[in-house]
Amino acid sequence: MTDARTEILARVREALAGSAVEPAPPSARRDLASVATPEVVDLFAERVADYRAVVERCGADDLEDRIAAALPAGQVIVPSGLSVRVADAIVDDGTLTAAELDRIAAVVTEARVGIAETGTIVLDHTPDQGRRAISLVPDTHICVVREDQVVPDVPDAIALLDPARPLTWISGPSATSDIELDRVEGVHGPRTLHVLITHPE
Amino acid sequence: MSGTFVGMPAFPTAAREALADSQLRHNLAHATGTIRAKRARVVAEVPDWEELRLAGAAVKERALLDLDTQLVRLEETLTANGATVHWARDAAEANAIVASIAKTHAAEEVVKVKSMVTQEIGLNEALAAEGIAAWETDLAELIVQLGDDLPSHILVPAIHRNRAEIREIFRSRMAAAGRPAPSDLTDEPAVLAAAAREHLREKFLRAKVGISGANFAVAETGTLVVVESEGNGRMCLTLPEVLVSVVGIEKVVSRWEDLDPLLRLLPRSSTGERMNPYTSTWSGIHAQEEGPSDGPQEVHVVLLDNGRTRALADEVGRQALRCIRCSACLNVCPVYERTGGHAYGSVYPGPIGAILNPLLKGVGHDDQTDSLPYASSLCGACFEVCPVRIDIPSVLVDLRAQVVDAHRGGVPKPEAAAMKGAAYVLGRSPRLSALERLTGLGMRFARRFGPTAWTGARDLPDAPGESFRAWWQRTDGGRKDDA
Repeated sequence: MTDARTEILARVREALAGSAVEPAPPSARRDLASVATPEVVDLFAERVADYRAVVERCGADDLEDRIAAALPAGQVIVPSGLSVRVADAIVDDGTLTAAELDRIAAVVTEARVGIAETGTIVLDHTPDQGRRAISLVPDTHICVVREDQVVPDVPDAIALLDPARPLTWISGPSATSDIELDRVEGVHGPRTLHVLITHPE
Repeated sequence: MSGTFVGMPAFPTAAREALADSQLRHNLAHATGTIRAKRARVVAEVPDWEELRLAGAAVKERALLDLDTQLVRLEETLTANGATVHWARDAAEANAIVASIAKTHAAEEVVKVKSMVTQEIGLNEALAAEGIAAWETDLAELIVQLGDDLPSHILVPAIHRNRAEIREIFRSRMAAAGRPAPSDLTDEPAVLAAAAREHLREKFLRAKVGISGANFAVAETGTLVVVESEGNGRMCLTLPEVLVSVVGIEKVVSRWEDLDPLLRLLPRSSTGERMNPYTSTWSGIHAQEEGPSDGPQEVHVVLLDNGRTRALADEVGRQALRCIRCSACLNVCPVYERTGGHAYGSVYPGPIGAILNPLLKGVGHDDQTDSLPYASSLCGACFEVCPVRIDIPSVLVDLRAQVVDAHRGGVPKPEAAAMKGAAYVLGRSPRLSALERLTGLGMRFARRFGPTAWTGARDLPDAPGESFRAWWQRTDGGRKDDA
């Protein structure tokens, strides 16, 4: 008996043999945006808020205060490479278990890319964002996005992102439409998403 | 454990039962109406939607026509990324692979991301037979699993249930599966979602093995993609030590940038959102500079055929393998809206199910599958909304021909006998004249004793006293006095 791999590949080749169909050429790539215009950042803020995330815009020097004000009661965890100071935060060293993370109220991370058209934040889990579990288990996620990280649409983001990294695309807080197709915010992921969009001074 | 579709009656029988359930019809009309409006709104926002559909179809088609190369490449890149790749010819092989991985880790339970392919292969039942509990973590799948029910929609498997019914299922069934529902549970969707969060959290936190499917698999980079809403996917993909993903071989796309049209098409077509709340991508095992790896330390991918190469060999039907499981075709289908998903007797209901099931299983073997290509009025709404331009009506017509061909020889079906009779009568003018004289009598006979499946819902017309041909002959086409 041949092994499954050999047989499946043979079946695929047999199925395609004699098929004269030529695949369509790949679609033309459109020009990708290089600089985030103010309109693009405005759209990003509007679209993120559309998902009922909390959106604030502030200057970089105001960021510490805004984060402090946004934090709920309870413990907060931050990734080791976070570039802003968060008072009394636990700095993740990768050792906390999921059950321990479950007792932490909030997490503060940065992001890799913001997508204006869809109101999406993408994390690539480098040290300014931390491993995937810390931005998942705590119930409040405070995410800092710099204006120059915002791109117009999905193709721009795909071109910037590195598939070798684990990626998490976040569009608003956790939600479901499973009951009568009504959208309800807040299931398993963080129920509060607080996005701080910062501009340089 | 949820039920099974095995032994379902053919579509006309199942549909008749479903049509008699007024609660079901009310739930479906409400849900499909809501989602249609949402989809239409966000699709209208995209000026180049047609171009995007063409790009999405091209990306999938290109990978399918080069599938052997793409699969070998995917295996290479996944392996280089630290994943273990398995191949499964059919459901039994795939289930055995997953069960053996779970057993290696002495897992008595696994947590599952919503996945159509694991439903298709009956993984939960297979694991249960090995003493392993498989917990569904998507809200709708949880409702179906707790209710001992069957899924009736690709995206929202519990679409046939309303909030009051869901509350009842949670109240009576949650306790047996783990944390019970709170005593003050109401039927508010937000309250029900909160109860599911509490119920499942302990399972996420202790799970050792997670099981997923994949929406897309990128050959060039060895990346799997899961698109979801609730965060249950992120939990299952991130927290367990071991992750097993069962991936149909048609999920492969060639390049990283091929995700672009697909990630824009899928959420707008599926939940009617600009983007779904969460998309996770991972490329094997993700080691960190210090500490353990980010996410699972052991990653398996099971590449599954289970009829896909059969579908690939069908030059007309092959396009069904482009399907990205958005379920837009279900929501617009006048047949689906009235009968619901159970009548299709498969985890893939609706227009896409009506072509996918016969393509995967082959026609001419069982009446249930053979009945599906007829479960359509061929109105074409499904093709119009399909984000990857699957011409479902054309495939349906082709499959109908295949079903007829498969039944040639042996005792002919009534329809085939009627067609043969018609060919005989219409072949010679005197035969037709003779039959025309008998039409009135025949109609009266049919009305009295005829097949009730037809006359039960329709009136048979009265036969005219004289046939057109007889009138023409008598009056020379109206030139003679028409007395």
